[in-house]
Amino acid sequence: MRFVLEKRETTSRLALVLVPVVSFFVSLLLAAVILSISRASPFKTYTAMFRGAFGTWPNFTETLVKAIPLMLTGLAVSIAFRMEFWNIGAEGQLTLGGVATAWVALFWSGGMPPFLVLPASLIVGMLAGALWAGIPAVLNARLKVNETLTTLMLNYVAILFSEHLYYGPWRDPKGYGFPGTAPFPETAWLPRIAGRAHMGLLFAVFLALVLWFAIKRSRWGFEVRIIGKNRTAARFLGINIGRTIVLSLLLSGALSGLAGACEVSGISRRLQQGLSIGYGYTAIIVAWLGQLNPIAILFVAILMAGLSVGGDQVQMIMGLPAAMGMVLQGLILFPMLAGAIFNEYRPVIVKTAASTR
Amino acid sequence: MLLLITSILTITLRAGTSLVYATVGETYTERSGILNLGMEGMMLMGAVSAFAAAYYSGNLLAGVLVAMLVGMALSAVHAFLSITMRANQVVSGLCITLFGGGMASYLGQRLGPESNSYYLVGLVGPRFTPISVPVLGRLPVFGAVFNQDVLTYIMYAVVPLAWMYLFRTRDGLNLRSVGEKPHTADAMGVNVFRVRYLATIFGGMLAGLGGAHLSLAYTPGWSENITGGRGWIVIALVIFAMWNPARAVLGAILFGGINAVQFRLQAAGTTIPAAFLNMLPYLATIFVLVAVTWWENLSKRLGAPGALCKPYIREEK
Repeated sequence: MRFVLEKRETTSRLALVLVPVVSFFVSLLLAAVILSISRASPFKTYTAMFRGAFGTWPNFTETLVKAIPLMLTGLAVSIAFRMEFWNIGAEGQLTLGGVATAWVALFWSGGMPPFLVLPASLIVGMLAGALWAGIPAVLNARLKVNETLTTLMLNYVAILFSEHLYYGPWRDPKGYGFPGTAPFPETAWLPRIAGRAHMGLLFAVFLALVLWFAIKRSRWGFEVRIIGKNRTAARFLGINIGRTIVLSLLLSGALSGLAGACEVSGISRRLQQGLSIGYGYTAIIVAWLGQLNPIAILFVAILMAGLSVGGDQVQMIMGLPAAMGMVLQGLILFPMLAGAIFNEYRPVIVKTAASTR
Repeated sequence: MLLLITSILTITLRAGTSLVYATVGETYTERSGILNLGMEGMMLMGAVSAFAAAYYSGNLLAGVLVAMLVGMALSAVHAFLSITMRANQVVSGLCITLFGGGMASYLGQRLGPESNSYYLVGLVGPRFTPISVPVLGRLPVFGAVFNQDVLTYIMYAVVPLAWMYLFRTRDGLNLRSVGEKPHTADAMGVNVFRVRYLATIFGGMLAGLGGAHLSLAYTPGWSENITGGRGWIVIALVIFAMWNPARAVLGAILFGGINAVQFRLQAAGTTIPAAFLNMLPYLATIFVLVAVTWWENLSKRLGAPGALCKPYIREEK
């Protein structure tokens, strides 16, 4: 008697939901092992993390604050991942979006009608993000340059560039040597809706709904899905693959750019250290754990934000490194990847007589 | 002038050592058909574990061995997911990098002694120091090759051996055939799964070793993000070297050289802002990738192994 994997005729819907949920709990078990080895009680740690992230209303709004950029970047990379275009440059696209928004808010807001400042700065932020994703997209579509590497390398370039600006030419002369630009004028502030959680939340929810519909129903969504599943088929159907990739990546970059734009105009209200803290990488986990489904991505983003806010709390309360949140985030996909095989295959028990083999 | 060239070349080789080890490792992995994007995470874990092990044991060899074991363990996870569970190799590799990065950061704040509030940052541990070979070490320019630490000297031997094994032995041929045409290799009696597991774990071992060189020799000590993207540059170097371990040296010298020039310019007090100098390796990676890909398209030569990134499914008989 032994286990054999048998190909399913259709992707299992049950597995699609069950696998991520089971994965989450398995990753908690795995992390419990790490915690026990480093002499911390897993139960106490998890309770503290959960309370820190979701226990009180103020804490929950802080979790939302971290969830907003994860939602936007998660949606952003999910578009690219659907086409098997591995955009791991959301971090850089977010950073450049923040830089461009700061540029408008700091240097162009004076000559503009006040009501235009915020929309203009957000749109320029999105354009900057789109540009930063567009470069690897064009290189890939035209020359087949490996996009994983170009998108990643551009992260470093964007982050170094932003640091150069707020440590150098854009540094606030009245900032007492603090690395950061001057605060934005109030006309460039993104309104907050609960605690520090800002309107970016509404953008994210709205965009997720639009994307969900567009992926399912529009011509573009159809092309994106076909390119991801089977490029040869896409070519036979007369789809201009290069064009679809570039356009979709411009959209992907714009979403990441919006994440950065909202961060600087809604949270820090200036360009400073702490913009590029890994949202773009966590976005990969968010998108994959959400099975690239826009609506699921919203909820997974809140969960992942909870892990990182909880991680900070654990540091304050229990003296454990805040990186525990990162470890948990990093662990979460392993069981998920191992389990994904059950979406396409079902395990069957085959009885074999020992003599026949 | 000769002195300057010698010193730049010395730093170049020192900076390139970790890159060479990891590039040779990733070359083997990819030659067997498995893409491992977890190099950055494995190098970070290698660096932190090497430093911690060497710090507590006072023994450099222990540090190196622990780093290699850690690299093997992480790559074994990748091997299991991508070979046995047929998971998406890109995502699995990214996971190794994300987990490795988080875990290395966690360990760096947890493994230290109580006196340093459990941090590893700022501690001074044992380190590999350059050993000058008598006579040869005094030569102008070439002396750079012979003023290195033990791990770099070992690298001089590893590269030709890795090349010979891959291109001049039966096992090497099997490894390459598994990466090109796994079905044919299987029909010829090669155990595809076994070869892929071994090649992936070997790659992880060398990534760990590369990480160890960073924290024990190149920039001794542990600091957050000590690799600075080297694990990713390695992936590009494999493409640049056209999946040939011997050519990996050229790429590593190129990138080590960029590091060395960066150092020199900063030390000389240039007016170019440091941020732009620091961008050089990343911009160079993009440039090199574009150039190599363009050349590949032009000459119609395909460098990548045919079955790279494709899980092997053995039909039930």
